[in-house]
Amino acid sequence: MSSYEARFKVWRGDVGGGGLKDFGVEVNDGEVVLDIIHRLQATQAPDLAVRWNCKAGKCGSCSAEINGRPRLLCMTRMSVFTREETITVTPLRAFPVIRDLVTDVGFNYTKAREVPAFVPPDKLAAGEYRMTQEDVDRSQEFRKCIECFLCQDTCHVVRDHEENKTAFAGPRFLMRVAELDMHPLDAADESGLDRKKTAQDEHGLGYCNITKCCTEVCPEGIKITDNALIPLKERAVDRKYDPLVWLGSKIGRRSSGG
Amino acid sequence: MATGTEPHLNSGGVRNGTRAAITAPHLRTDRWWLAPAATAAGLLAFVVYSTWRAFSNSHYYAAPYVSPFYSPCLAENCVPMRNGPNWEIFGSWWGLSPALLVLIFPLGFRLTCYYYRKAYYRGFWASPPACAVAEPHKKYSGETRFPLIFQNIHRYFFYAAVPVAGILTYDTVLAFRNEDYEWGHMGLGTLVFLVNIVLIWAYTASCHSCRHIVGGKLKHFSKHPVRYRAWQLVGRLNARHMQLAWASLVSVALADFYVYLVASGVFDDPTFF
Ligand code: SF4
Ligand code: SF4
Ligand code: FES
Ligand code: FES
Repeated sequence: MSSYEARFKVWRGDVGGGGLKDFGVEVNDGEVVLDIIHRLQATQAPDLAVRWNCKAGKCGSCSAEINGRPRLLCMTRMSVFTREETITVTPLRAFPVIRDLVTDVGFNYTKAREVPAFVPPDKLAAGEYRMTQEDVDRSQEFRKCIECFLCQDTCHVVRDHEENKTAFAGPRFLMRVAELDMHPLDAADESGLDRKKTAQDEHGLGYCNITKCCTEVCPEGIKITDNALIPLKERAVDRKYDPLVWLGSKIGRRSSGG
Repeated sequence: MATGTEPHLNSGGVRNGTRAAITAPHLRTDRWWLAPAATAAGLLAFVVYSTWRAFSNSHYYAAPYVSPFYSPCLAENCVPMRNGPNWEIFGSWWGLSPALLVLIFPLGFRLTCYYYRKAYYRGFWASPPACAVAEPHKKYSGETRFPLIFQNIHRYFFYAAVPVAGILTYDTVLAFRNEDYEWGHMGLGTLVFLVNIVLIWAYTASCHSCRHIVGGKLKHFSKHPVRYRAWQLVGRLNARHMQLAWASLVSVALADFYVYLVASGVFDDPTFF
């Protein structure tokens, strides 16, 4: 067991202002950044605010930015840093700060509510739903999401442009639209809801320029851009920019496809 | 509480008034600029090289090899190539380099490619330069408006890219002749062409639009087992789309450069048999 003293800079403050505060703090083998934050609370800064729950990378509460990169505090091992470097920890920089490392992630819940829910199929009662594995594989990848909102925080569309928050749902919720559009039993089409079209018209899919930062930061390793956003863009093209598909749907020969 | 040391700039983006008051546009300590810089340098090198070659209108045919930049050759001013891709659709009035007539298709395909879009948005337009590094632009509308809304036509360039790859395959078959047009021979050039055409097909087949068309658009894979298999296959290639984009970009330039070297007499194509 070896331990050393690491140098930390932790952002402290609230919506009125704040700054990076310097700390020297003990680090032991096998620890993660969240352990160090807890040690700071225990020894030097009892009122340091931080959100966490599981310490296992599953609850999605401990999202922050470490050396400028959006990450989970509990899943970032201290061993990825050299002993010499100063480790800077700040709250998520795309959302309003509440205090210290805690931000108000309400934006994400607003966006979640804007996505119309699963539309139950007409002729099936609950308990009668049957799906084959290959039909749900794609959606299951998206269901791994722990709602840490690191992708939402990193996406430059809203991170760098506050004014886009109204129009843009963000990667996590565009992925939700994709998940439902690929869902084998979702009956949105029959009910008159065209998720392919609304992805663009209501949830701002066009703002995404597929630069893949959401994929880069996702702690669950979900291929958000390749498997959700780009397929969704292609589906929107089917509806809006493909004259053949459009004509086909006008004469009613081709349905939304299989 | 305001243990405040930093003034609140409230100048938009990460410095928006409600967010944590941090003046630095980003706090990354790694070499985040390396990837966009390398990408921009690589793309720029290709643009410079291909512009020179496309406008040069010379040294693009060294029997039996035709440069992929000049195939098919659609104008009357093309060098006659025995059995080669000479189709004088454009007559004698076309006085410029015939490469310009065909290059718009591969150019359009790659410009609207989902991978290259990422590459040049990051590398040239810094939108964003790297993840969690603030972009320098005041406003951002992404691909919602003219001109970038036209990125949505990528699939039509994919449709066009398939016959173009077909013609390059034909050129590769023709490369199994010697310089006297006798069949059953192979030289170093043939090998260069073979590698190039395999990479071109792999890149084309790994396209996101292709993945959508072969099966991605379906809701029920279970009802379309053949398309499901095709989708899985394309998906495996698609996971390597970036690597294939670069490999095929390099290989197509190399194939052209090889033809240039042989045609301009720098060296003779070493023949294997
Ligand atoms: S790929 Fe799209 S959604 Fe994901 S971070 Fe980039 S712009 Fe945002
Ligand atoms: S998609 Fe990934 S990064 Fe985004 S909220 Fe879910 S787990 Fe977090
Ligand atoms: S504490 Fe639950 S994800 Fe980190
Ligand atoms: S060629 Fe890259 S996505 Fe189509």
